[in-house]
Amino acid sequence: MKKALSLMLALVMVLALAACGGSSTDAGSSTPAETTTPAATESSTPAPAGAQVFKLGGTGPLTGGAAIYGQACANAAQIAVEEINAAGGNIQFELNYQDDAHDAEKAVNAYNTLKDWGMQISLGSVTSTPCVATSAETFSDRIFALTPSASSVAVIDGKDNQFQMCFTDPNQGSASAQYIADKGLATKVAVIWKNDDVYSKGIYDTFMAAAPGLGLEVVSDTTFQDGNDTNFSVQIADAQSKGAELVFLPMYYTPASLIFAQAKAAGYAPIWFGVDGMDGILTLEGFDTSLAEGVMLLTPFNADSDDQRTQNFVAKYQEKFGDIPNQFAADAYDCVYAYAQALEAANATADMSAEQLCDLMIGQFTSMNFDGLTGDGMSWDASGAVTKSPKGMVIQNGAYVGLD
Amino acid sequence: MKKLTKTSRNNFLTYGFVILSYVVLQAITAGGHMSSMLKGQLVPICAYVVMAISLNLTVGILGELSLGHAGFMSVGAFMGTTTAIALKNVIASPTLRLVCALIVGAIFAGIIGFLVGIPVLRLNGDYLAIVTLAFGEIIKSIFNNLYLGLDEHGFHLSLLDNKLHMEPEGKLIIGGPMGIGGIQKISTFTVGFALIMVCLIVIFNLVNSRAGRAIMAIRDNRIAAESVGIPVTTYKMMAFVTSAAMAGAAGALFAMNFSTFVANKFDFNTSILVLVFVVLGGLGNMFGSIIAAAALTILPEALRQFASYRMLVYAIVLILVMLIRNNPTIRSFFERFRLSKKGGAEE
Amino acid sequence: MSFLDSLISGISLGSVYAIIALGYTMVYGIAKMLNFAHGDVIMVGAYICFFAVTRFNLPPLVGILVAVLLCTVLGITIEKLAYAPLRSAPSLAVLITAIGVSYFLQNAALLLWSPNPKVFPNFFILHGADGAEQTGLELGSLRISYVTLVTIVVCVVIMLVLTFFINNGKLGKAMRAVSEDKDAARLMGINVNTTISVTFAIGSGLAAIAGVLYMSAYPTLVPTTGSMPGIKAFTAAVFGGIGSIPGAFLGGLLLGVIEIFAKAYISTQLSDAVVFAVLIVVLLVKPSGLLGKVVREKV
Repeated sequence: MKKALSLMLALVMVLALAACGGSSTDAGSSTPAETTTPAATESSTPAPAGAQVFKLGGTGPLTGGAAIYGQACANAAQIAVEEINAAGGNIQFELNYQDDAHDAEKAVNAYNTLKDWGMQISLGSVTSTPCVATSAETFSDRIFALTPSASSVAVIDGKDNQFQMCFTDPNQGSASAQYIADKGLATKVAVIWKNDDVYSKGIYDTFMAAAPGLGLEVVSDTTFQDGNDTNFSVQIADAQSKGAELVFLPMYYTPASLIFAQAKAAGYAPIWFGVDGMDGILTLEGFDTSLAEGVMLLTPFNADSDDQRTQNFVAKYQEKFGDIPNQFAADAYDCVYAYAQALEAANATADMSAEQLCDLMIGQFTSMNFDGLTGDGMSWDASGAVTKSPKGMVIQNGAYVGLD
Repeated sequence: MKKLTKTSRNNFLTYGFVILSYVVLQAITAGGHMSSMLKGQLVPICAYVVMAISLNLTVGILGELSLGHAGFMSVGAFMGTTTAIALKNVIASPTLRLVCALIVGAIFAGIIGFLVGIPVLRLNGDYLAIVTLAFGEIIKSIFNNLYLGLDEHGFHLSLLDNKLHMEPEGKLIIGGPMGIGGIQKISTFTVGFALIMVCLIVIFNLVNSRAGRAIMAIRDNRIAAESVGIPVTTYKMMAFVTSAAMAGAAGALFAMNFSTFVANKFDFNTSILVLVFVVLGGLGNMFGSIIAAAALTILPEALRQFASYRMLVYAIVLILVMLIRNNPTIRSFFERFRLSKKGGAEE
Repeated sequence: MSFLDSLISGISLGSVYAIIALGYTMVYGIAKMLNFAHGDVIMVGAYICFFAVTRFNLPPLVGILVAVLLCTVLGITIEKLAYAPLRSAPSLAVLITAIGVSYFLQNAALLLWSPNPKVFPNFFILHGADGAEQTGLELGSLRISYVTLVTIVVCVVIMLVLTFFINNGKLGKAMRAVSEDKDAARLMGINVNTTISVTFAIGSGLAAIAGVLYMSAYPTLVPTTGSMPGIKAFTAAVFGGIGSIPGAFLGGLLLGVIEIFAKAYISTQLSDAVVFAVLIVVLLVKPSGLLGKVVREKV
């Protein structure tokens, strides 16, 4: 009995803590990590009369090892919403980003929280595995979702109301192989990929499928995993000893930065070829950008671009959150603007149910063209995959330079 | 005699509490007062409760620290879900299919538990703990590289790459790091509740049987137990395999509540999370495990109002609860309410 | 990759595991608790040194000293607030509290320092006569980085100092007494609380050094940096026989070598599984680790 009682006491304390903590929440809203609380967004920009305020929700990893991607999306979406609301158009948003810690179970919990809040349209989830889980929910609940960055095919597969702002993984794999073959960059290729990651595996699979047909010979094929992603000496030595002229890196930039440093120490200097996850490497604090000299990547976004809108966005992001935005942020920013455009064109009103909006949005997204930071003239087919042209970039003197 | 009646009274209180919670929650759901957030958590809570009580069998009753319990959950999740997918056209009723999946998941996890138990149970203390951790990581690593497909010729299995040589219409079930996707969500709260009840009945009956007393004797003093002729390994294995099988069933239940899951879900952190439920609820105390598992599953969701401070608050709450639960003053305060001395489950 | 190359790679990875495992095993040996927050103290130490050097432009050596100092303070604080009240509680309760502390440190780091990775500067670069940067020794076709050399030297020094400290002097004697039997030690007039606090202080100071060396070898610093080496170092410590200081060094080196060999000769995909399988086999043959004390049960 004693245990039960002390347990009860502990529980009471937990609840008391949760209750009394509620009032102090807003005190710390100056931290970059803070998600937009609905109240904050609304109070900063009083909606003009007749404006339609839509409830926009999304989940992403705001904590844990993948927090960098979730926070980028949440921050950028917040900037976009504030801009749109401040411009005072007909379409206004109330944004709510919930933490899913890069986990399918927590993503579904976060999604349900958003549903209780009254979410009308969704930004899906930031990373692939959680997004596959939430997309099944949004599909059965008939809530339209446009994910900024969950690139796995399983996210949109067989679901008519799931759309993506980023390329699908297979797209990137075959496009990379095509690009390498077309430009005649190399014939002997090594691949280093992360074999417990859906993103990396998705790109790897299609790259491997496309490579032989294009005259590319994959001479070295090595992997790493979570918790095993610091020492790449074996992978680098394998590629080096088998004479690979080009190393394909379907991964995010954090492990890639270690690979570059360790390859340099080993005296190995092949052509490095990355995918969109490589974007962000130049803004890594303390990173010696000379290590990434000559790295090629296909990316839809370039923070150094002289495009006016991109510069505005980057400046605002830096001012507000202190970091340079990566392509996740740009994708999320585009998502909000795409929504604004689609809702405007569809004459949607805020009193519509999520289901009504879902049908309208499917109609709009399959027919409209959208110009954003990550591409001009983007369009979507009925499957939900986006069509935009990736830009081939090469890093020269610590900056991206267009390849074509 | 008095002690026995007290134990069975406690057991019936636990059964009663679970049944009552089920009825109340079903009533709230039927009345439409349940928030989506809570509704979505009912099945995961059931799965975590089963995980907690099964681990409590290993840690609390058998007295061996296991840090790889999520590995058994993983085995159950993959095998159970595969079963459900394979039986899709054979058994029409989703509930029946789920029950089959739970049983298959439990059997496979039990077999793996037996195989793991052979080396593990020869060790003691922290060395045993690290070996269970190692097995958990090995299981995760294998599932991350396992490909399983199904076509008209049956199952095709491949390790490291997905060259399965299937017929064109064959279906890939386990896709290495992609885990299993496109799962039909057939787990229900009712089956979850039934699973908790079955596990409780098994554990309570085991604990109150001759075997259970032998197991607890081994926990309290292995050498003394051995000297009175208790076959230590047999009984240790019995508890360990039972615990693993229940974790397998929990894994299958958990997996089929989501449309997708990956091997990385069942990692060291999940094992630790379940261990937290057990320690917080009290070693050997099944009722405590149930409460702790439910409370700690809901807590991070209830803390969403803290926005980015959420996990920080969670950590602080966890530390404070442990401090308060083990504070001598508070302990002695409750000591006075204790009518009779319980067994040595405490240490 | 040649055999010798693999061996050197393995040693350089293993030296990092070893230095982390030293702190782990020392705390375990005396206080008999698995400090799961040790990896996160390493992370904090690395951040402190990073900011000291890059933001406040302190020389690396001063940066390391600042990190050691602050981590020691942090270690004592954690010990006083979270572990000391549980002195009489079952050891599992302390384990769970340590996990709580680990969550706390990770999430606090996330809020304070953002999830964006920081690249740790390499302190171990020599400038050759021609001004070219050298990060390692070249011996024919073999190459061993200065970080590895420094890490191994530091490991050996720490190992010797700790062994000397524990085997000699009053405090060391008190530590050994506490690790043997807390109650008996108390009866002998040893202040058990202070002794354990000192143990944590030393352990946390070592964590800061380990953090700096770890980051110099693998320079990407994020709030979750500590969790991986935490588990690996725990494994290394058990491998060598937990509580044994030379065992931690040996276990760490062997773990690194096995990991690299598994990657080079078996499969990069299954290397973790191979490492843990070897661990299991070793523990079956030597149930208390390579250099662990065999404790005879008294009947």
